[in-house]
Amino acid sequence: MPRVDYDRELRSLQDDLLMLGSMVEKAITKAVDALKRRDIETSKQVINEDDAIDDLRFKLEDKCVEIIATQQPIAKDLRVVFSILHMAVELERMGDYAEGIAKISIMIGQEPPLKPLIDIPIMADKAVALLRRSLNAFLNRDVEEAKRICKDDDDVDNIYDQVYRELLLFMIQDPKTIQRATYLLWVAHDLERTADRATNIAERVVYMVTGKMAETNSKYMA
Amino acid sequence: MATATQSKLHVTDLHFRRRKIADRLAFIALSACAGITVFMLLIILSYIFYKGATQIDWNFLTALPKPAGEPGGGIRNALIGSVIIVALASLMAMPIGIGTAIFLNEFPSFWVGRAIRFLADVLTAVPSIVVGLAVYTLVVRPMGSFSGFSGSVAYAFIMIPIIIITAQEALRLVPSNLREASLALGVPRWRTILMIVLPVSSRALLTGLILAVARALGETAPMLFTSFGNAFGNVNISKPTATVPVVIYRYATGPYDDWHSQAWAAAFILVGVILLASIITRFVIRSKFDE
Amino acid sequence: MNKRDDQVNNEGTATEERSLPHRRVHLHSEHQQQGEQKPADMPISISIQGLNAYYGKFRAVKNITLDIKAKQVTSVIGPSGCGKSTMLRCLNRMHEETQNGRTDGKVLLDDEDIYDKRVDPVAVRRKIGMVFQKPNPFPTMSVFDNVVAGFKLNRFWVNKSELADRVELALKQASLWDEVKDKLNQSGMALSGGQQQRLCIARTLAVEPEVVLMDEPCSALDPVATLKIEDLIRQLTSKYTIVIVTHNMQQAARVSDWTTFLLMGDDRAGELIEYGETKQLFTNPKDERTEAYITGRFG
Repeated sequence: MPRVDYDRELRSLQDDLLMLGSMVEKAITKAVDALKRRDIETSKQVINEDDAIDDLRFKLEDKCVEIIATQQPIAKDLRVVFSILHMAVELERMGDYAEGIAKISIMIGQEPPLKPLIDIPIMADKAVALLRRSLNAFLNRDVEEAKRICKDDDDVDNIYDQVYRELLLFMIQDPKTIQRATYLLWVAHDLERTADRATNIAERVVYMVTGKMAETNSKYMA
Repeated sequence: MATATQSKLHVTDLHFRRRKIADRLAFIALSACAGITVFMLLIILSYIFYKGATQIDWNFLTALPKPAGEPGGGIRNALIGSVIIVALASLMAMPIGIGTAIFLNEFPSFWVGRAIRFLADVLTAVPSIVVGLAVYTLVVRPMGSFSGFSGSVAYAFIMIPIIIITAQEALRLVPSNLREASLALGVPRWRTILMIVLPVSSRALLTGLILAVARALGETAPMLFTSFGNAFGNVNISKPTATVPVVIYRYATGPYDDWHSQAWAAAFILVGVILLASIITRFVIRSKFDE
Repeated sequence: MNKRDDQVNNEGTATEERSLPHRRVHLHSEHQQQGEQKPADMPISISIQGLNAYYGKFRAVKNITLDIKAKQVTSVIGPSGCGKSTMLRCLNRMHEETQNGRTDGKVLLDDEDIYDKRVDPVAVRRKIGMVFQKPNPFPTMSVFDNVVAGFKLNRFWVNKSELADRVELALKQASLWDEVKDKLNQSGMALSGGQQQRLCIARTLAVEPEVVLMDEPCSALDPVATLKIEDLIRQLTSKYTIVIVTHNMQQAARVSDWTTFLLMGDDRAGELIEYGETKQLFTNPKDERTEAYITGRFG
């Protein structure tokens, strides 16, 4: 089997991406959990840990550049490298959303809750599930699953719409809630964006396997 | 201007026609030269065949000569003598010639090398009778008699430059990357020559040897001074020994018709052997390229 | 995914690069070295100090100073005629086999100058083997004899079973055993070009050198055979120090850990322009001339 080293490098690139994915997944879960439990310490931890995510992303980018410079990947290999490069950026942004949520929890501090957090943890679970599924689709080169992910993003969008309307209602009814409502709106928005980026990863999977840049029909595509 | 409608490539001017005619004439002239050469060669060969082949029988090859004037007899003594003398000459000439060629090839810039190569070139051009004379002075006189050995020395003198030149070419043709490959493996130079260079060039070296033998076999003049001739079946190299070319010379210039026809027969055998050697050489070279 | 999560959990707080979780959780643990910075103070195999090489009066290689790291692949690139092959041939004293070839300067193999008066070039070449541009198996020898040629020609007496073992080992090291084990007695010339070149590599390895020099070893081969040789080079690097001259920059990028860029100066003598880790040199060369060359903008 020729090009053993090259294949090894490609695999290590993929391993790193999956690792980055699980770090991001962990960060989001942890951030939302901390928000729910009003755990400032854990929130601070999430913010600190984002550095590791950023580092790994830069490292992945370096590796991609190196592999292009030294191994001259073409055809599917080239799509893999570029997809990984793209996914690394998506994941790193998701990490930033987790960091954002953690910062908001710190800002909310010990303020009285506006309402019990129900929809936001559900959104978080769904977004994280989408992320996990997109990474699995990447690992298994599963185009069909990737397409389903793009569709399932609508779920998250629908919850977001609901949360948005609900929070708007709070603000209209009592302007004193505006600040707290806006905080929660931001969290919901970050989670909605996280889910969107998970679908971006799924689109990359489609491109990586088929070579086609897929258009997906999600309501809130950026 | 009738050509106005023709293609631009149909040039019909005078120069073109002249060139065509000149081309045709040159072709005819050169073919004629080649034809004459081949024709002459064929005439000679077929005449020898016509005169000689008819005389050959088993007896001619295996019998000793009969005394002068008596019909019959053969040239066994001359055949054996020629084989012995040439074989001995080869034994002398081969190591010297190939050794010299190796020396020339391994030290190409050395002035001695150039001088030797020049001497070898000159030596090939020296008339064989001069070689005979030299050997007569250097070997026959001190030994006190004509001998097969002195004949071998004379033949060796003729063969050495041919072997040097062909062997040098053969060695030069050994790709230098093989030599380098061997040296790079940490093999000393002398072993490289012995184990790599010589085996690779063995076919070409053999070809050179066959050429040298073919050349020597036909030389008559030096034998007159050295091996002289012998009517009896002699295998002692310190005694005068019969050789085929000398027999041809004697019989052809002798007074008897029977001798004349025996000379033709011997000539036929000599030419046949040399022709065979040339063909083998060709074959050896050909099969080398086929590899 | 859960398992991986746990591991991130346990180690996610690590801040030091080396102990980042992703280092530990590779699916393929043997690749842990991947991406690590190569320390500049790795053990040195050959130290070239102020090397000049001449053809008669012409200086082909000028004042090269370079440390070649042990058990690494070092590639030498540069435009044609920049003296890269000449430099390579100076490393096992083959340059002096060329007519009018001579050198000055020092080449230290494990701290011993191979150009010392008391050093026998034959001994040097047993330690530093060489593979050439064109595959050059000995045409009069079988595959078997080719492999042991160097080994056998260095000795007067050899043990037969030892020979067979050596042949098998060398051919396996050269990834050729499976292809030729049934034709050991055939002529080496009967193999394909790529196989011939691997045979030549096996022949070199059978002498058990420390360093293997390769002078454009793939330039006469087709792309598939080339990739096979490249793979082989990567495998060999665990046991041998390899220096490879190549006119193919991509090849240098693919196979080497370290890259040397030579260029001829105004006096047409090859000079060392840049030397560095391959991935650094190919992604961010320090010298403008290196950049121009590797991006195909001159040379």
